[in-house]
Amino acid sequence: MKNIKLLIMVGILAITVFSASAADLTADEIVSKANQASYYAGKDGSAKAHMELSDGRTRDFVILRKNTENSADQKFYVYFNGPADVRKMAYLVWKKPSGDDDRWLFLPALNLVKRIAPGDKRTSFVGSDFYYEDVSGRGLDADMHELIETTDTQYVVKNVPRDPSTVEFSSYTVWIDKDTFLPRQAEYTDAGGVVYRRLTADDIQIIQGYATSMKQKAEDIKTGSSTVITFSEISYDQGFQDQIFTERFLRRPPREATR
Amino acid sequence: MKHFNFRVFAAWIVLGNLFGAMHSAIAGGDIELHGFSEYRFGMRIESDPFEDDISLNEIRTQADVMWYGEVFTAQLKGDLIYDDQADDQDDIDLETGHGFIDLRQANIIFSPVSWMDIKLGRQVLTWGTGDLVFINDLFPKDWQSFFLGRDTEYLKAPSDALFFSFFPGVFNVDIAYTPRFDADRHITGERISYWNGMELAGQNDILITDRPNEWFKEDEIATRFYRNLGAFEVAGYTYFGYWKSPGGVDPSTGHMLFPELSVYGMSIRGPVAGGIAHLEAGYYDSREDPDGNDPFINNSEIRALIGYEWEPVKDVTIGVQYYLERMIDYDAYTAALRAMNMPLDSSRDEDRHTVTARLTWMTLNQNLIFNCFTRYSPSDEDVYVKPEITYKVTDRWQATIGGDVFSGSTDYTFLGQFQNNSNIHAGVRYSF
Repeated sequence: MKNIKLLIMVGILAITVFSASAADLTADEIVSKANQASYYAGKDGSAKAHMELSDGRTRDFVILRKNTENSADQKFYVYFNGPADVRKMAYLVWKKPSGDDDRWLFLPALNLVKRIAPGDKRTSFVGSDFYYEDVSGRGLDADMHELIETTDTQYVVKNVPRDPSTVEFSSYTVWIDKDTFLPRQAEYTDAGGVVYRRLTADDIQIIQGYATSMKQKAEDIKTGSSTVITFSEISYDQGFQDQIFTERFLRRPPREATR
Repeated sequence: MKHFNFRVFAAWIVLGNLFGAMHSAIAGGDIELHGFSEYRFGMRIESDPFEDDISLNEIRTQADVMWYGEVFTAQLKGDLIYDDQADDQDDIDLETGHGFIDLRQANIIFSPVSWMDIKLGRQVLTWGTGDLVFINDLFPKDWQSFFLGRDTEYLKAPSDALFFSFFPGVFNVDIAYTPRFDADRHITGERISYWNGMELAGQNDILITDRPNEWFKEDEIATRFYRNLGAFEVAGYTYFGYWKSPGGVDPSTGHMLFPELSVYGMSIRGPVAGGIAHLEAGYYDSREDPDGNDPFINNSEIRALIGYEWEPVKDVTIGVQYYLERMIDYDAYTAALRAMNMPLDSSRDEDRHTVTARLTWMTLNQNLIFNCFTRYSPSDEDVYVKPEITYKVTDRWQATIGGDVFSGSTDYTFLGQFQNNSNIHAGVRYSF
């Protein structure tokens, strides 16, 4: 009996300590966990993506990702299956949250590997309502984070850019699920305090133990245009080799991308 | 019918076999068929006494078949063309691209071991860092298509080659072996007028060339060694072959020649101050004129290029380049011209300086693209401007208008000779 009592007490203590620490998570810690859950799940991952733009255009691509050990740097390989004018193009990114990303584009008709100049990360990704930064992630140090509300299920974090001249928003607010740390909604506010842009993430599924959003939407509230991206065939921890993320496989897409 | 020869026959056999192989193997792999149909029209904006006023009037359909197998990938890509401006469409020559068929790719790719790729057959090859300036990329170009205003894809002519890539780890090696010399699809006078050494000429003086064409003897071998050093890409190159466009003339026949050429070069490309910088150089060893005193064969040259590209504002990219061609043994060249009583006023300068600039602006969700490339030589006093506007109407329909504008203070410089070929062109494409 003593042992059981002790066990219960230890249990209660543990729960108290755990919930206290969970409640005490700072905004920075929440954002860091959310960033981890959204962009860094597993050691690597791949997915098929289908984009539908509200003007009727579509984009189909396969995306491969690999994390680096002991660093926030990542490598991405994107292979386009459609539409026809971008088919077989491949895009390679060595993401460096601390600096400019290295980016290459392969143009199959010319067999040309083109280096892309580092650009504004808040420009449209392949003509959609998603920004390049929405796809690859935004540097955690780029904003100041403030926990403005905690509901039963979500943290609400307000983010204010440290350098407002580099971005088009004055702040954005993110709703993050407590259980998975996946951001479910983000609203971007302009200088006049008006919400002009919204991202949502839905259809959360657990894949190989990682909570994953299978459907995301980007809306431009001012123009009314929107893009929905649906993921399929998501897979984590496949053991991608580093060489996939090199010029060799830009010129010759790996089976992982064309399959 | 003189061109309807073994080459075409062989191509069809290869084509047929590939199709056959694909069909019998579909069960074991994935097959994809895509392509486009396109109509393009172009006209000269000033009249040329030696060429037609209409520069382009053609319909082409491109079919691109990919087959992905477990062991190898096969590609077959070709264009069927109705070219109203071509003289004889039945006269098919897969090397020069004449005729109603242009075979762009017919190859297989496989990896016998994990650190090696092999690509065999007709393929488009590209390497190097320049933007429309090629120093170490000695694979065939189709300057005629480019200057007429066809899609940029057609600037690269296909090579019939065995391409080996090695990835041992420390650095990578590419070797392109072309068993029979593949020349540029160079200016001939048929569609683009040019300086023939004495005057501007065109259809009245079609270039006659003596092209090296003996299999496995008059061959080319191009090698690239490359690796990444951090964010920088570093490469070394060698080439053993021939000048890709006519680089000499046989004084007894007047035929243009492709003299022997070796090239040794290097390049580096990487991020500098928020943009991408590139540097490339090559030593062109004109082996049939080692001392530079043969006025009928190109001299050896040093070629060097430095460039920078950046995004000054969202969706706008600017690229600038400086390019130098320096003749080696220049004194021997001028002395030889004098000795032959050949005209010195139209002779080359020792240094040809060239500056290029490219501006690209994308708007309307990247569906409307403005692009303008300019190449200007202060030493030759000539200029080439290529503006282009592309609108992606839908995912399938695309419309393009553009121009090729040449101007020069004299008729005999590299770009000035094309001044009567300035044109505007428009096209509409349906992709499938």
